[in-house]
Amino acid sequence: MTEQVTPPSLYAAREPIFPRRVSGAFRNLKWIIMIVTLGIYYVVPWIRWDRGPDLPNQAVLLDLANRRFYFFWIDIWSHEFYFVAGLLIMAGLGLFLFTSALGRVWCGYACPQTVWTDLFILVERWIEGDRNARLRLHRQEKMDFRKFRLRLVKWTLWLLIAVATGGAWVFYFADAPTLMVNLLTGQAAAVAYITVGILTATTFVFGGFAREQICIYACPWPRIQGAMMDEDTLTVAYRPWRGEPRKHSDEVKAGAEMGDCIDCMACVNVCPMGIDIRDGQQMECITCALCIDACDDIMAKIGKPRGLIDYLALSDETLERAGNAPRPTWKHIFRPRTILYTALWGSVGVALLVALFIRADIEVTVAPVRNPTFVTLSDGSIRNTYDIRLRNKNNEERLFGLAVQGDPTLRIQLEGTPYGSVPVPADASHLQRVYVVAPPGSAPAEGGLTDVRFWVEDLSNGDRAYKDSNFTGKGSN
Amino acid sequence: MTKVPPKQEGDPNTTGHVWDGIEEFDNPMPRWWLWCFYLTIVWGIAYSLAYPAWPLISSATSGLLGYSTRGEVAVDIAAVESQNEGINMQLASAELTEIAGNPELEGYATSAGAAVYRTWCVQCHGSGAAGAVGYPNLLDDDWLWGGDIEAIHYTISHGIRNEEDDDARYSEMPAFGEILEPEELTSVVNYVMQLSGGTPVDAAQVDAGGEVFLDNCSACHGEEGLGDREQGAPNLADAIWLYGGDYDALIETVTYSRYGVMPPWTQRLSEAEVRAVAVYVHQLGGGE
Repeated sequence: MTEQVTPPSLYAAREPIFPRRVSGAFRNLKWIIMIVTLGIYYVVPWIRWDRGPDLPNQAVLLDLANRRFYFFWIDIWSHEFYFVAGLLIMAGLGLFLFTSALGRVWCGYACPQTVWTDLFILVERWIEGDRNARLRLHRQEKMDFRKFRLRLVKWTLWLLIAVATGGAWVFYFADAPTLMVNLLTGQAAAVAYITVGILTATTFVFGGFAREQICIYACPWPRIQGAMMDEDTLTVAYRPWRGEPRKHSDEVKAGAEMGDCIDCMACVNVCPMGIDIRDGQQMECITCALCIDACDDIMAKIGKPRGLIDYLALSDETLERAGNAPRPTWKHIFRPRTILYTALWGSVGVALLVALFIRADIEVTVAPVRNPTFVTLSDGSIRNTYDIRLRNKNNEERLFGLAVQGDPTLRIQLEGTPYGSVPVPADASHLQRVYVVAPPGSAPAEGGLTDVRFWVEDLSNGDRAYKDSNFTGKGSN
Repeated sequence: MTKVPPKQEGDPNTTGHVWDGIEEFDNPMPRWWLWCFYLTIVWGIAYSLAYPAWPLISSATSGLLGYSTRGEVAVDIAAVESQNEGINMQLASAELTEIAGNPELEGYATSAGAAVYRTWCVQCHGSGAAGAVGYPNLLDDDWLWGGDIEAIHYTISHGIRNEEDDDARYSEMPAFGEILEPEELTSVVNYVMQLSGGTPVDAAQVDAGGEVFLDNCSACHGEEGLGDREQGAPNLADAIWLYGGDYDALIETVTYSRYGVMPPWTQRLSEAEVRAVAVYVHQLGGGE
């Protein structure tokens, strides 16, 4: 049996949200996080770092053209990209850790969408006033001079922030002061302008207009989140057992004793997502905790204890409904799951640090030339060819000596030089073709494969590195 | 048959669709989402008109913007060629022996020469330049006509034993099958095998072969069999054989002689390209 009803529209207009100003502990924490994160984002490309005359002096630089990543004293080459992969794994594990302990704390405090939206709302409030003034302005249909002026100033400020945001991004990929001059004088590469343009547009639209819709309709994170939370995860919640029945409910009108909630709507009015936290956990909630601040403020005014809306874990509900005290916060946070995540996170971090510190200043890779595997010379000796890549990670040119080990009869020759050493420029790699010759009748010449080891030595300080390979003789055919 | 329980206050909104008792929550999308969807359709149509898209029987629509990937490559190639014009002129006019002392010119010539080699030379000399039977190995230190940069440049420019170029290198070994008796042939082959450090098939013939060699072969190959680059006569005392050093191959070589050819490359390549590939071959491991 199928019931046929005229379906409601599948599409709905967005309900505009005008979050009210709020102050309190969590709001202050969010201000601090906003200042720190935005400060890092805008300032870092301008920090200088001396690496000697041949290298860029920008502290943080992603040099895509030369496939190098500079981070203060760390200098990552393209073949060491596993460091970046390790950092991404740490970021992932960190997200698991914070989510299982504190719910969507990333969404509420640190996500760029949240931080920039918060900044845009701050600008909006400076220009157009708090919630009620903005509501009035929104409802005023006539575009008079005042409304036009306020809108224009607000959009201009938003646009300036957006341009600064898009502009800061490209400074991570090139020398910031040079690029700044080039951008302003119209000499920068087209890709720089396109990147700035796209990021300006996304910042302006996402922060100014799309706002919570990005979280609700575009972001996969709210959906993934559910899988990582459990009954011990702290999340923003309302205590209905304490608040209900609320002031304007039918029960109270019928004479029931009123709970702590006076139905003042403060929690709803400050919410940047436009939801009512008293309806319970919902996908739209980014756990920014502003409703906690708003409610605590009201509770103080009416002389009730704080925490009608609070960071709560699901397991506390049963305890509190039975009249017991909730478990202490630290017991929610320190449990096997979060300790496991911390251990994993820490071990990846320690592994990366160890790998970073045991990195050698010189490196060598050997690629035997297999076309052909060997060459017979006129005196009957057998020659193998190897492409040896030498990497000098010092900030000055070094002379690298090459030697081969494996059979005393083997002789090494370097293409293009009569010497057994070759200079490698500062912080660069050099591809050297190397010949190894076995005299006629010797074991490597007559045999099949002979194991050989190439040694490379930094002749200025004796640092050595090696790579194993093999020598192909006539016997391999 | 399932009955849907009556709605209660606080129940989430549903669209009113019911299938076997399963209801659908009403979570309407924003209207702008729909407009974005329509926009992608419009964009798709416009894109397929602006760029090559719709397949026809033997080609495809060319697009209103006239874009083609082949055209883009042609522009890139022209840009690189005009960029290289200066260094190509420098390469074509430099002293051959001085190229190696100029790192910029040498680096360019080696890279450009590798490209020329891969296009024009690999068919005979092999992608690794190791050659094949009848086609010289360019990696070793044995050269028929000389292995310094000038000799290599001359060989590439004019080629070997061809009729298109009057300056082509020529070497003409007689087919000794018509001149020598069969026993003289076998004895000289045995002698040559010993000369190059190998083991003759019949050691008893070596002395007689030596006589035959002195009378017939030493004029070009030298009394000790070391060859003569002026005439392109191969060194018979070394370990390298262009056509094989075993008994049967040597019998064939002496009886019928060998006439390898190589085209004169000045007719197909620019002087800069010829010089580039000469530099490339010179640095492969056997250059003198």
